[in-house]
Amino acid sequence: MSGSETAGAAAATGATGTAEFLVEARGIVKRFGTFTANDHVDLAIRPGEIHALLGENGAGKSTLVKMLYGSLQPTAGRIFWKGEPVVVTDPGRARDFGIGMVFQHFSLFEALTVTENIALALSNVADTGALATRIATVSKDYGLPLESRATVADLSVGERQRIEIVRCLLQEPKLLIMDEPTAVLTPQEADQLFLTLERLASEGCAVLYISHRLEEVKRLCHAATILRHGKVVAEVDPKQETAASLARLMVGADIHAIRPKHARIAGPTRLLVDRLDLPANGPFAVALDQVSLELRAGEILAIAGVAGNGQSELFDALSGERPVSRSGAVAIEGTACGHLGVAARRELGAAFVPEERLGHGAVPAFRLSENVVLTRDTIFTDAMRRLLGFLDFARADATAARVSTAYDVRKGKPDPEARSLSGGNLQKFVVGRELDRKPQVLVVNQPTWGVDAGAAALIRQALVDLAADGAGVLVISQDLDEIFEIADRVAVISRGHLSPGYDAHVMTLEKVGLLMGGAHGGSEAIEGALKLREADGRAY
Amino acid sequence: MRIELEKRPERSTVMAWASPLIAVLATVVTGGLIFAAIGKPPLQALWIFFLEPFSSLWSIEELIVKATPLILIGVGLSVAYRANVWNIGAEGQFTIGALMGGVVPVFFTSWQSPLTLVAMLALGILGGMLWAAIPALLKIRTRANEILVSLMLVYVAQLLLDWLVRGPWRDPKGYNFPKTVGFEDWQTMPVFGGGRLNLGIVLALAAAVGLAILMRRTMKGYEVRVLGEAPRAGRFAGFSSDRMTLFVFLLSGGLAGLAGIVEVASTVGQLQPNISPGYGFTAIIVAFLGRLDPIGVVVAALMLAVSYLGGEAAQVALGISDKAARVFQGVLLFWVLACDTLILYRLRIVRPEAAVEGV
Repeated sequence: MSGSETAGAAAATGATGTAEFLVEARGIVKRFGTFTANDHVDLAIRPGEIHALLGENGAGKSTLVKMLYGSLQPTAGRIFWKGEPVVVTDPGRARDFGIGMVFQHFSLFEALTVTENIALALSNVADTGALATRIATVSKDYGLPLESRATVADLSVGERQRIEIVRCLLQEPKLLIMDEPTAVLTPQEADQLFLTLERLASEGCAVLYISHRLEEVKRLCHAATILRHGKVVAEVDPKQETAASLARLMVGADIHAIRPKHARIAGPTRLLVDRLDLPANGPFAVALDQVSLELRAGEILAIAGVAGNGQSELFDALSGERPVSRSGAVAIEGTACGHLGVAARRELGAAFVPEERLGHGAVPAFRLSENVVLTRDTIFTDAMRRLLGFLDFARADATAARVSTAYDVRKGKPDPEARSLSGGNLQKFVVGRELDRKPQVLVVNQPTWGVDAGAAALIRQALVDLAADGAGVLVISQDLDEIFEIADRVAVISRGHLSPGYDAHVMTLEKVGLLMGGAHGGSEAIEGALKLREADGRAY
Repeated sequence: MRIELEKRPERSTVMAWASPLIAVLATVVTGGLIFAAIGKPPLQALWIFFLEPFSSLWSIEELIVKATPLILIGVGLSVAYRANVWNIGAEGQFTIGALMGGVVPVFFTSWQSPLTLVAMLALGILGGMLWAAIPALLKIRTRANEILVSLMLVYVAQLLLDWLVRGPWRDPKGYNFPKTVGFEDWQTMPVFGGGRLNLGIVLALAAAVGLAILMRRTMKGYEVRVLGEAPRAGRFAGFSSDRMTLFVFLLSGGLAGLAGIVEVASTVGQLQPNISPGYGFTAIIVAFLGRLDPIGVVVAALMLAVSYLGGEAAQVALGISDKAARVFQGVLLFWVLACDTLILYRLRIVRPEAAVEGV
């Protein structure tokens, strides 16, 4: 970035920062093409402060810290380090200032030892023996037990994170950026980490703590900056807030007035989930723990929750992409199908819309007519075709055209490739493709994630209409506005646990916030749930 | 100022066809530069290398004979690669196919009936499938990398063949030469005319047409394409990527095995330590040059056959190493892959000021 265009920003925000702050970002704008990831974001961190950066997925947290760490350059705005304007050209420069960062996904060589991994990150290591001693000292001082001769492949995720932290500490940072550090830790490991961070802060090192776990933030952080849709919506003292109020700031649902829902018609059970367990399939995944729910004809059940609490695992288990051994764990239309795959579940009358449109719900390089075939084997017409396995392309074309017309899919030519469609239009197509099959059960994950308002309204209306026609609709969503707009009942998923479903007209944002706001399994959550139960009189 | 690749919204249909042509053109230019660099007259060398193979009926026949195994292996590989399964060991499956099919003439020397040939071809296919099943099953069971396993099995197969023809399978009347008995009559492929043109090309073209139909019109072909393009979407559709791995390995291995037995039952006429000038590896280039499309593979196989013939001609006329053919194949593969970028991207020249947005 050149001097001339930053001058405007500097003039607007004052030519220098304030010496009171260790690092200050003023008026940061970052655009990717037409998308604005950060829109005039201000952030100021004092020395010795643990500062939380809160926000939903896609709120712009990662973009902002990447600019502080020099991996990205702002489109506009200024960064001040100890009151002096600076340009963080690259991560090396950031490290020179004294900025260290621990990423959510570690960059370690599994075949090397702890010392070797750390030596690789430091620029001048002459003596690995001396380095091992330094590692031992630092890890002991900060309560981060590490065996420097251990091979990384043998270490737990928590231990690997300690390597990354020690690696930063060896460079004596003044600011430590931590990206969702507890996402991969056990509660005990997280407690240990908090002690380390508090110790660091007491020595004057500032910590920028990125998280969406509100309980942690309340407990640990001195200040919090909350981002929503790339803008700062609030700067608060988290100790003065409740988990629910923080959640409301994060998701921004306070603009919505809750409307009473129509009385639910108790139709037959469409989808029954009974104590479903699903182990985590990776260090960054969530395990489902005894998830139960009942979805009846004519209703929309919404599952709220902060991203990464088991939503995609729940979707995979319901769709049959990850079947479980106990067939009774999932029943569609009364047929136990926990052990069956996705195709068999579709034959039972279920339809599924995954969160990821491109690459999961649709094949990017395929035309819409080809993508129609993905979730329908009914495309064969006669016995002859079925025998030889020939596809009926005329029928696929007709279906794609019908879906496009019915759900207003706007496209440049009659049958474009899926990847050329805008997010909203592709989502309308993917949802429409499933609705066109007239399913009795629809499971949809983040139905309007990243789509424009018009498409979102159309999709929500389609879901409401489907339920009105007697199907059961399960909506997994992070968007509380959406949930309160369409849901008859609301349940909340948190760390792989699913709360009971509560009638939407007695559910309030505070209650949702309490359930999803990180009081995971703690006494507060249980008390809250009990209170809710009393208040409602009926919980499912 | 710099050159940037800008993603196209959709695959460019024009470039899908133009890219192989650009690649061939670039290969010819690069070839000319290489010839000039080693002090050979470039134009004359290029003529000998690329055009002389078309100058006589004999050489056109020879071109088809050379293209036959490339088509058979290449069409199978094109399906495997479409499924994102990397069978690099076709040369080994080719060798085992030749070896299994060769069991018939080696052990039942006097059996002569049309069924003899049928049995040989069937055993050849079976041999290739068996050899290909090893990397497939290891990948499914243990997630072993199929590229490494299939590639290493090439050398196992070649050494097995080498040992057999030097030891137990050696022709007792062969003056201790490392070879088996010669294949005769119904132990060889029927020929057309008096030359070396044989039934193999018919089998190859049938395989190409069959697989073209499979890929374009059937559910199985759709499954291959979905799993190759977007494995997650394939799982969402209910397709199994493990079953697909086995299917394409058996298909491509069987066809490579067929190519092996066809080759030893026609141009070679016996089992010997060297039965292939690297057809199994060249077929990888053929598959990519043919856009991983069975019909495209037929065209590409003919082009690569030219490089084999041209290499031989250049060896005679210019006195350059027969490895020149390999160099050309490598250069061609490089340009094919490089030009393929243009299908999804377009080149754009960017001036630095334009890249930064004002406040």
